Amino acid sequence: MTPSKVAWEPVIGLETHVQLGTNSKIFTSASTAFGDDPNTHIDPVVCGLPGTLPVLNEKVLEYAVKAAMALNLQIAEHSKFDRKQYFYPDLPKNYQISQFDEPIAEDGWIEVEVAEKGKDTYIKKIGIERLHMEEDAGKLVHAGSDRLAGSTHSLVDYNRAGVALAEIVSMPDLRTGREAAEYASEIRRIMRYLGVSDGNMQEGSLRCDVNISVRPGPNEPFGTKVEIKNMNSFSAIQKACEYEIQRQIKAYEAGEAVIQETRLWDEAKQLTKSMRSKEGSSDYRYFPDPDLGPIEVSKELRDIWHTELPELPAEKRHRYADQFGLSQYDARVLTDEFSMAHYFERVVGAGVDPKSASNWITGDVAAFVNLQKLTYSQLPLKAEQLAEMIQMIENGVISGKIAKEILPELLTKGGSPKLIVEKRGLGMISDPEILSSIVDELLATFPTEVEAFRGGKTKLQGFFVGQLMKKTSGKADPRLANQILSKKLKA
Amino acid sequence: MSIAEWRQQLKLGKVSSLELVEEKLARIKKVDGKLHAFLEVTSDRARADAKRIDEARAKGQELPPLAGIPFAIKDNLCTKGVLTTCSSKMLEQFVPPYESTVTERLWNSGAVLLGKTNLDEFAMGSSTETSAFGATANPWNLARVPGGSSGGSAAAVASGECIASLGSDTGGSIRQPASFCGVVGLKPTYGRVSRWGLVAFASSLDQVGPFTTTVADSAEILQVIAGRDSRDSTCLEVAVPNYSETLNNSISGMRVGLIKECFEQNGLSDEVKKSVLESAQKLQLLGAELKEVSCPRFNDGIATYYVIAPSEASANLARYDGVKYGYRSMSTDNLSSMTTASRTEGFGSEVKRRILVGTYALSAGYVDAYYKKAQKVRTLIRNDFDNAFKQVDVLLTPTAPTTAFKVGTHSADPVSMYLSDLLTIPANLAGLPAISLPCGFDEAGLPIGMQLIGNVLEESRLLNVAHQYELEAGVMSGSPAGELIV
Repeated sequence: MTPSKVAWEPVIGLETHVQLGTNSKIFTSASTAFGDDPNTHIDPVVCGLPGTLPVLNEKVLEYAVKAAMALNLQIAEHSKFDRKQYFYPDLPKNYQISQFDEPIAEDGWIEVEVAEKGKDTYIKKIGIERLHMEEDAGKLVHAGSDRLAGSTHSLVDYNRAGVALAEIVSMPDLRTGREAAEYASEIRRIMRYLGVSDGNMQEGSLRCDVNISVRPGPNEPFGTKVEIKNMNSFSAIQKACEYEIQRQIKAYEAGEAVIQETRLWDEAKQLTKSMRSKEGSSDYRYFPDPDLGPIEVSKELRDIWHTELPELPAEKRHRYADQFGLSQYDARVLTDEFSMAHYFERVVGAGVDPKSASNWITGDVAAFVNLQKLTYSQLPLKAEQLAEMIQMIENGVISGKIAKEILPELLTKGGSPKLIVEKRGLGMISDPEILSSIVDELLATFPTEVEAFRGGKTKLQGFFVGQLMKKTSGKADPRLANQILSKKLKA
Repeated sequence: MSIAEWRQQLKLGKVSSLELVEEKLARIKKVDGKLHAFLEVTSDRARADAKRIDEARAKGQELPPLAGIPFAIKDNLCTKGVLTTCSSKMLEQFVPPYESTVTERLWNSGAVLLGKTNLDEFAMGSSTETSAFGATANPWNLARVPGGSSGGSAAAVASGECIASLGSDTGGSIRQPASFCGVVGLKPTYGRVSRWGLVAFASSLDQVGPFTTTVADSAEILQVIAGRDSRDSTCLEVAVPNYSETLNNSISGMRVGLIKECFEQNGLSDEVKKSVLESAQKLQLLGAELKEVSCPRFNDGIATYYVIAPSEASANLARYDGVKYGYRSMSTDNLSSMTTASRTEGFGSEVKRRILVGTYALSAGYVDAYYKKAQKVRTLIRNDFDNAFKQVDVLLTPTAPTTAFKVGTHSADPVSMYLSDLLTIPANLAGLPAISLPCGFDEAGLPIGMQLIGNVLEESRLLNVAHQYELEAGVMSGSPAGELIV
């Protein structure tokens, strides 16, 4: 294919549905547990039985407001719920309680760090249009086919119906698949930091729909928008965007139109395919839900919730670079999970050099945690214990080699590194007198080699170091032992 | 006989709860074939409840205020384990697994469920003729309608089939049938009474209230059913005053406003107008000050209501799709047409008409001109009342423009039927409490009702004025239909 003459610019916006991790549903006390038998977490309200009424779960409001604050959104003093009407059997009332023209929060932004192999990492501010609360729908299972068409009958599971969602709508500020994936990943990271959602994409607690178009240049009007659904990972978001950008550019360059439609990402085939045309756009007949009063969040409450916000990932990344002098990469890795950052900070808080702490944590510790699929709070090696070990190295009590030797035990069982070193007799020999006498013994044992060294075969220094370590089971302070050895050999 | 009098009889052992229940069951058996006020009579449950109460009484236990008083409940209030049909084929088999808050409070106060009463399908109607299970007759004249939508509950009280009943009022569905049947009907302030378990018609307007033979009985029942409910966010968290305590206050100096626009209605019957104005004179004799007030937007109520109520209904009734409960059409074999067919077959024509109207009023391109405009007019109507209540304490109007009309009168013309709620609708739109009480008879011997409208949460004042009027005029005793006289 001939290279394109037009500098096509993709325009991407994301609609992210985050399941808020409250124990009970948004308008009733039914459980939100995932993965249980169908229709075991339902009640008359969930099923929309006649005469039932929704009552807002206050925890949902708290989570939504905290999420909004973390996304730098303005919290509305007055907000309301609306009914979004459409008939579908997974929607028990055939309307969804959502927020239409007065969402709980509007007009925010987040900072996204875009890192891609072989390219410079850059930071980009992405606008967020709004965040609103709504209820999730149930799930239809079509028997005899994976779709409605061709199935013999359909079953409905309302376990998910009524689970609280925060829908976060970005501005069309994203320009590449990578940016879209990083944005989604930052949203997930923020939600996990806040503890308002587990952000599990496989279980559907984080779902992203992408709106994407291309235009012939940055100042041109937007092209026709296509919506893509069904991406179960950040890399799928990236790939779907990249595929779709190319598909749309090819269409325009071939003189074809891009039609407004919803497309599904096919993970197996790595492409998007048309699901339904969006031409006559749906009329949801929104109107204020008369069963629910206005939502009012007092200034007092907002202030309280604001003080409860943790330090957020972007702030941490900056602080780690500025305060600790860590590389952008290390800061990013350490702050990816709140629990890892927290662990790191506790190690540093115990007085350890941040770079050493970062090296140990992003290296051996992270490898173990990932392999064992642990969280940092489950890790047997407590932050204070790791700090103690690193400090023993810094103070010359043990060598890095010894540290690596005792680390497996520490990682699997925890415990005091000092005690382990003592118990195993692994403390470093750094007493010059002891080392001198060991070196004397050594030189007496190998007179021929001493002769050869003094005759000019200085390469034999390595042989003597090896023998010294063997004799001391690796406990000799390497720097000091070398000094003494050199001095005595040259004497 | 009032609830207080029955309570005394029961307490003195002049009658047992079981005997009272048997008497009412016998009455139902005798007259309900002609009236059709009841859709289901819960005889076994009523007898068992009555026996339990008699046993408790025999043991000298303290009994709650409504112990042994037989009630009928409009069939759009959910009763656990008892069919709740809304007089619709759609819910013909629906047995709720939960109890409405109002009925739960009644049973906790010792009331006995006699049965569920007929209504216009999903409470949409003014004559109880749209019931999928047949109309209810007016106890005063079987060729006349009892009013609606709570026609069954009104007729059951009027005919002596029960001592009191509950209905629901969205645009007059308690007050208009109370007026037509010659009983007292109270619609509380919106939010005074929980809507949990009331099958929604128009959620911002619906309110549950009692039908009784006396005002004092209405006060007693409101006392039991009113008050906050954590299951209904629109239910007000305001303390419930003692309604019976203030019934006997003097109404001397009470300012009673006659809404000018109500008495200038074209459709207002002369007899009704005359009777209500005479009743106003009686209030004056009791020391009340009469004053004419104007609510210029009062007559816009009906147009406003017939946008807002169907809009809300179109969403509230969307859940009846044959998927989870209720009627499911067996005439199709695929999901999308199942919903359409179930709704086509399960709903009656008035319900469908209102769903269509509401769907239209909320549709893109029309929502501003209809639904949003109606909400604005609703505010103006409320403002009119606010102004009126700066000048007067309660408002007085006829309850309905006419007395009970003949069966079939408005069947072919829905708009003429809608006009029968002209005078009751504004109180719903403004969320105000209002009561209908009997104030006379027309030449055909049919009861006439007058309506008192109070300011927000001023049920006490409303009941006080109504009770004083009733004492002055006497509890209405007329001559029910010959066929019903034993």
